[in-house]
Amino acid sequence: MKPRIFFSYVLLILIALACIYPALWTIMSSFREGNSLFSDTFLPKKWTFAHYRDLFVERTDRQIPYATWYMNTLKVAVASMVLGTLIQLLTAYAFSRFRFKGRKPMLMMVLILGLFPGFLSLIAIFTILNTLDLLDSLWALILVYSAGAALGMFVAKGFFDTIPRSLEEAARIDGASHMTIFARIIMPLSRPIITYISLTTFAGAWVDFIFARAILRTPQNWTLAVGLWNLVDAYNSTEFTLFAAGCVLVAIPITMLFMYTQRFLVDGLTAGASKG
Amino acid sequence: MKRNAVSAGWLSVLFAGLGQLYNRQYVKGLLLVLTHAIGIYLFVTKLYPDLKGLYTLGDKGQHLEKVGKLFKNVPGDHSIFMMIYGVISLIIVALFLAFYILNIRDAIFVGRKRDQGSEVQGLSNNLFPWLLLALPILGVLFFTIMPIVFTSLIAFTNYASPNHIPPKNLVDWVGFATFKKLFTMNSWSDTFVGVFSWTLVWAVLATVTCYFGGILVALLINQTGIKLKGFWRMLFIIPYAIPQFVSLLIMRNMLNEKFGPINQYFRYFGLGGLPWLNDPFWAKVSVIVVNMWIGIPVSMVLVMGILTTIPKDLYEAAEVDGASAWMKFRNVTMPFVMFATAPILITQFAGNINSFNVIFLLTGGAPATMEYNNAGKTDLLVTWLYKLTLDFNQYNMAATVAILLFLMIAALSIGIYSRTRSYKEEDMIQ
Repeated sequence: MKPRIFFSYVLLILIALACIYPALWTIMSSFREGNSLFSDTFLPKKWTFAHYRDLFVERTDRQIPYATWYMNTLKVAVASMVLGTLIQLLTAYAFSRFRFKGRKPMLMMVLILGLFPGFLSLIAIFTILNTLDLLDSLWALILVYSAGAALGMFVAKGFFDTIPRSLEEAARIDGASHMTIFARIIMPLSRPIITYISLTTFAGAWVDFIFARAILRTPQNWTLAVGLWNLVDAYNSTEFTLFAAGCVLVAIPITMLFMYTQRFLVDGLTAGASKG
Repeated sequence: MKRNAVSAGWLSVLFAGLGQLYNRQYVKGLLLVLTHAIGIYLFVTKLYPDLKGLYTLGDKGQHLEKVGKLFKNVPGDHSIFMMIYGVISLIIVALFLAFYILNIRDAIFVGRKRDQGSEVQGLSNNLFPWLLLALPILGVLFFTIMPIVFTSLIAFTNYASPNHIPPKNLVDWVGFATFKKLFTMNSWSDTFVGVFSWTLVWAVLATVTCYFGGILVALLINQTGIKLKGFWRMLFIIPYAIPQFVSLLIMRNMLNEKFGPINQYFRYFGLGGLPWLNDPFWAKVSVIVVNMWIGIPVSMVLVMGILTTIPKDLYEAAEVDGASAWMKFRNVTMPFVMFATAPILITQFAGNINSFNVIFLLTGGAPATMEYNNAGKTDLLVTWLYKLTLDFNQYNMAATVAILLFLMIAALSIGIYSRTRSYKEEDMIQ
């Protein structure tokens, strides 16, 4: 073996270790006895499932309603997925298929508004919800996540643009209404893009921390991101093994989703490059 | 022969819908007349008082009033409520203006068609896309546009704890006073300058390390002679697959000074542990390194995609000319990758300025310092304004910082768009 290749392999192995070590270490910690962060060995001396069980047992001496957080997150993610995907598809379809008055300026609007970062509206959303006494509700969070979905419609619009118009025209000649065409012709053809959008909005709501922490105030209403953050921040790592088990359960669905959507990844990343 | 267009137009100026009625579009005309009437009614009863409220922000706060023999605490005007309703009214008025102008244009348009004797389209055909867009428009209006307007307005008020928090006190317009305070009052300006310069340093370092790290890893895998390319790629993508908040919180524990495994390994090799998150300098090193761990996979995937698009004949031609491996890399691979990724580089830079998660979840802006006003040594402008809003109730200052930050990023984004266009026109590599 040439020395260059040898060194490359050494480097690759080192990088690989750095990539998987945190995940492995967390998984190992979640099976370890006791609750401390510190451990002499990498592998647990005694394996236990107790922490996973503990997550779902409510205890009075600590406020860690993990099962509730999981359900909250699931609710928020599913509801924002349904609402957000619907809004995004409607917008993309309208812009892709119809030439109506005001289309061009509206498209421009979407482009410009897309440039405004979330933190600009965060202050206002927080104060408005606070004043109207609507903070601390899952519905407020769902609305915040899905209401702006229309601004991310360019991927879907690009997809709709590729569906040949002759299909609709044929249907229209056969007497199909706008609604029928949308529901019976366009939707079945758009399964890949619907999958993509729903998975990304689901994952986005699942992992968001910024808005979740701003809006949800009581532990009973927290999502996983806020709950786990608080577990580290407030308990100062004294319940580390429990936290590790919690992390494993949060990461599993998202990591699996990611593996599934991987093939979209490169397209999504490079799309921005050629948009110009 | 413009008779119909002119009369229909002027009639619609007079009152929305009249022109349409004149054009014999009775249903549409009646609907428009009705809308206009509702608009006027709303304006007189609701919108005008609300707009006035937006202007004054209330003139009487919570105060004591003599009721009978006792003094009682009477609720006064709530400035923020007045602002919310005012902004909503402003948006509704703007919508009505748009409706009014569209109505006139429509009347003229249809009138002209009649003058030319061509057929007039029905109502329903044009309405369907708006039906589709109704829900999205409502969402964007209330959760994107209104908040942006609202935030911009807050920057020009004195809405901040402790003296101007409704319902106890009123909030007033103060013009550019908050901006002035941010730049001239020492405690604020020191913080702003400090946080701002670290934000820039962070954005440059984070972008450069991830970008070149990604290129390096991609090239490492892509070398001829390396086996199992797909396997390595999949391994290296793992950090990207784990939810960010999870990996960041884990990292925070790993870097724990007393019990974390990183320092444990340091001690194992006979080195003293480092105060990873507790010392200003090491905390900055930590966030950059952790950010590399998160960011390099993205750049790697990107660069690997680009590497496959480099035409093979370029390399063959180089070999014919007797180029070494280094020369091929330097003169073929690098220019190609740089050219294809340059726009993304700038986008990533803009993204890193707002990189909230890495800072907030890893260090929370800590280590804290006395030099700064409500900020720590690793705080970025974004995390600072987040804390100002949620923890310290300094809404006007947060809004001011947000506006400045936005202007910065907007300038950068405009730069990106014009640059990418110039790239396209140059047509260097195709």
